Amino acid sequence: MALSGLEIFKLLPKTNCKKCGQPTCLAFAMALAQKKVSLEQCPDASPQAREALAAAAAPPMRLVSFGLGDAAAKTGQETVLFRHDEKFHSPTVVAATLPDDLPAAAAAARAKAIQALAFERVGQKMPVQAVAVLNRSGDAGRFAATAQLAKDTCKAVILVTQSPDAAKAALAHVKDAKPLLCGATDANAAAMAAIAKDAKCPLVAIAPDAEALAALTEKLKAAGCEDLVLCLETLDRWAEMRGLTLMRQLALKKNFRPLGYPVIAFAADGTPEAQVARASALIAKYAGIVVVDTIEPWALLPLLTVRQNIYTDPQKPVQVEPKLYAVGEAGADSPLMFTTNFSLTYYTVEGDVEASRVPSWILCVDTEGTSVLTAYSGDKLNEKIVAKAMKTANVETVVKHRKLIIPGYVAVMSGKLEEETGWEILVGPRESSIIPRYLKEVWAGQK
Amino acid sequence: MPLPAIQESYSGRVNELTIGGGARKKTVTVGGAKTIPYGGDRAATGRRPVIAIDVLDSPPQDWPAVLADAYGGVLADPAAWAKKAVDEFGGDLVCLKFDGLHPDKGNLGADHAVAVTQKVIGAVGVPLILWGSGNDEKDNAVMPKVSQAAKGERVLLGTVTQDNYKSLTATALADQHLLIAQAPLDINIAKQVNILVSDMGFPLESLVMFQTTGTLGYGMEYAYSIQERERLAALGGDRLMALPVICDVGYESWRAKEAKASASEAPQWGDGAKRGPLWEATTAVALLQSGVDIVRMRHPAAVAIVREYINSLWGSD
Ligand code: B12
Ligand code: SF4
Repeated sequence: MALSGLEIFKLLPKTNCKKCGQPTCLAFAMALAQKKVSLEQCPDASPQAREALAAAAAPPMRLVSFGLGDAAAKTGQETVLFRHDEKFHSPTVVAATLPDDLPAAAAAARAKAIQALAFERVGQKMPVQAVAVLNRSGDAGRFAATAQLAKDTCKAVILVTQSPDAAKAALAHVKDAKPLLCGATDANAAAMAAIAKDAKCPLVAIAPDAEALAALTEKLKAAGCEDLVLCLETLDRWAEMRGLTLMRQLALKKNFRPLGYPVIAFAADGTPEAQVARASALIAKYAGIVVVDTIEPWALLPLLTVRQNIYTDPQKPVQVEPKLYAVGEAGADSPLMFTTNFSLTYYTVEGDVEASRVPSWILCVDTEGTSVLTAYSGDKLNEKIVAKAMKTANVETVVKHRKLIIPGYVAVMSGKLEEETGWEILVGPRESSIIPRYLKEVWAGQK
Repeated sequence: MPLPAIQESYSGRVNELTIGGGARKKTVTVGGAKTIPYGGDRAATGRRPVIAIDVLDSPPQDWPAVLADAYGGVLADPAAWAKKAVDEFGGDLVCLKFDGLHPDKGNLGADHAVAVTQKVIGAVGVPLILWGSGNDEKDNAVMPKVSQAAKGERVLLGTVTQDNYKSLTATALADQHLLIAQAPLDINIAKQVNILVSDMGFPLESLVMFQTTGTLGYGMEYAYSIQERERLAALGGDRLMALPVICDVGYESWRAKEAKASASEAPQWGDGAKRGPLWEATTAVALLQSGVDIVRMRHPAAVAIVREYINSLWGSD
């Protein structure tokens, strides 16, 4: 939490020597609180003052990253409890399990399946970002071998074991991939902290409630581990959700450092359906990493979509670049239609046009990322805006015909649009799923 | 380590409201939240959320096979359908939705609607939601008769909007039912409807709010955040926002192509028979995090998933 001018003043030398260019130390402190100057400008500030200011400027929840390169996963640095207050910053890392007690062939097949898991929606990639290696066998050698397998998936790796020996064995193989070590309990804290520090990897603190977690993170921090993740280990589902909410409140509203870290949660037992239901709630209510045991695409698609929805910036709908797009080998005789630059709208339409296998032009009109009817009723879509988009995209030189297909929901604008552009307006269907039939039946009959 | 205290008391609370009366064997009480979801113990968070299973007055035209097949042969018989929804699928309430009244979907009349209402009342003991077709003219002509046919049952009657509230509000008042006030993802309009309805003498304490619903991937987050903001306003003491909330998860979810597409149409998405119900269930669970009190649902497998989820938090009932 930022310090006030007076709080900063107390840390300054109070000599009013003016070397900083300000008349007094107090004036400098006030300017610093408003971020108009930097502490560097006072040559006499003590190291303690520098440290206190740096600590106060640190975000209330630490950003923790693990995995390297393309596999890098980031979590934390959240600033609000409710997404409408700003936005949620670091989309929950979804991890799938890889237990170390599977037969070798099954383990390899599972690793491969996890590697292939990725979806795309409205132009955004929705990957499973991490693999959580579970030390179910209790054997250090098997754990290490499975960790290697996990690393080979090119996803971020989470090493789930409370055995220092197993952790050490696995890190000997995969330390260079910067895995997340999960983790330290009150019982093994000293050993795990030493291992994590040595391997320079972030560490999960595991405890049954918020009080115990706060005590444990302080202990781990004292042992030299700064990159920490919290894990609330409880069988009581209410206590879990209550705990996650409370920890987020304490970190953000009270700037309570011992809990100012992201959270990992496991929804890895029960049916895939039960896991996804619980994991969805955890995504909404403050888990930075969630581990599921299922790798079924039918289960992960809804889960990853929850993450996409919850982490969308509420002030900024997901948009596509407004311009003319060719679907298939579109040419001078291909149909031309317009839609809006709201990603959901554009990609829904594009998908259906693609499915029709009729090469087409889609003119994506800038409606500030709003849907057809939202744009129309907000006056972000009218005949002038469409006409301008047509001009900018030079559609006259792109197609020979002078026919424009418009969304069925805005049929009312056809008259004015015809006047404005001189083009013939064809009212398309309302639902884009009917576009394939429309292009095959109505458009084909136009020629 | 001792934790700093968090000031967790709100001045407002969400109304508690009991649906069902008369010949109902059960009543359902919803609302009562005194804090945000997980902002305190279970009691402070209000009543457990409940599930209303949809029953249509006439056979659905466009349901995907995965959904229709789950009901076997009862889709043409609202009474048998309602019985199945309660006895086999465990609905806390039945939501009788009068699609068939809509001029585009059968244009059926008041006699039909009243007969169906009476049959469903006779078939089940749980409280009912009676929900119009969405066509203002038709609903104004028919829903008052439906309301009368259910007199004494203290049903939840819907929906009234900013532009069309007078006739249904008057009816609900006369027949002592509860009402659903609808707004299109807009807090100010929601407030406006609540004011208009209460200005007619209808008690705010008998109203439920409906902000239209977006399904997962299709605007779910808009409904989520609007509902979250309304709940915070209610807890902050705004009486006009202190109403329990209902979401229409079933209808919206089964419009999504991710729910409808079979595995052969979308192989990369896996088993369609599992994916559809899970799409619906996930939408419901996600929306519950914003403090929703009643979810309207369709697929029995989805209902089972959400039931298990609710029980895992609130204990089995
Ligand atoms: C989410 C939403 C919002 C969000 C914005 C979302 C966004 N980024 O656009 C918010 C909350 C901000 C919002 C605001 C408003 N909204 Co609004 N909103 C909705 C809602 C719930 C969903 C819209 C959506 O995402 N649809 C999904 C997309 C994919 O649909 P689509 O763009 O229409 O595309 C489909 C078709 O049109 C077709 N299609 C698209 N392009 C093309 C092209 C061709 C050639 C063809 C053939 C077909 C085709 O294919 C798509 C899939 O079938 C709708 C109600 C609903 N359930 O539909 C109301 C709705 C669109 N909003 C409405 C209104 C009035 C507004 C506001 C003016 C006021 C208000 N009450 O909130 C403001 C305007 C804001 C502004 N000034 O810009 C009304 C519009 C009324 C009307 N009939 O004109 C609606 C219908 C709600 C209602 N029933 O009252 N809204
Ligand atoms: S340089 Fe430092 S000590 Fe000198 S006046 Fe400025 S703030 Fe005070």
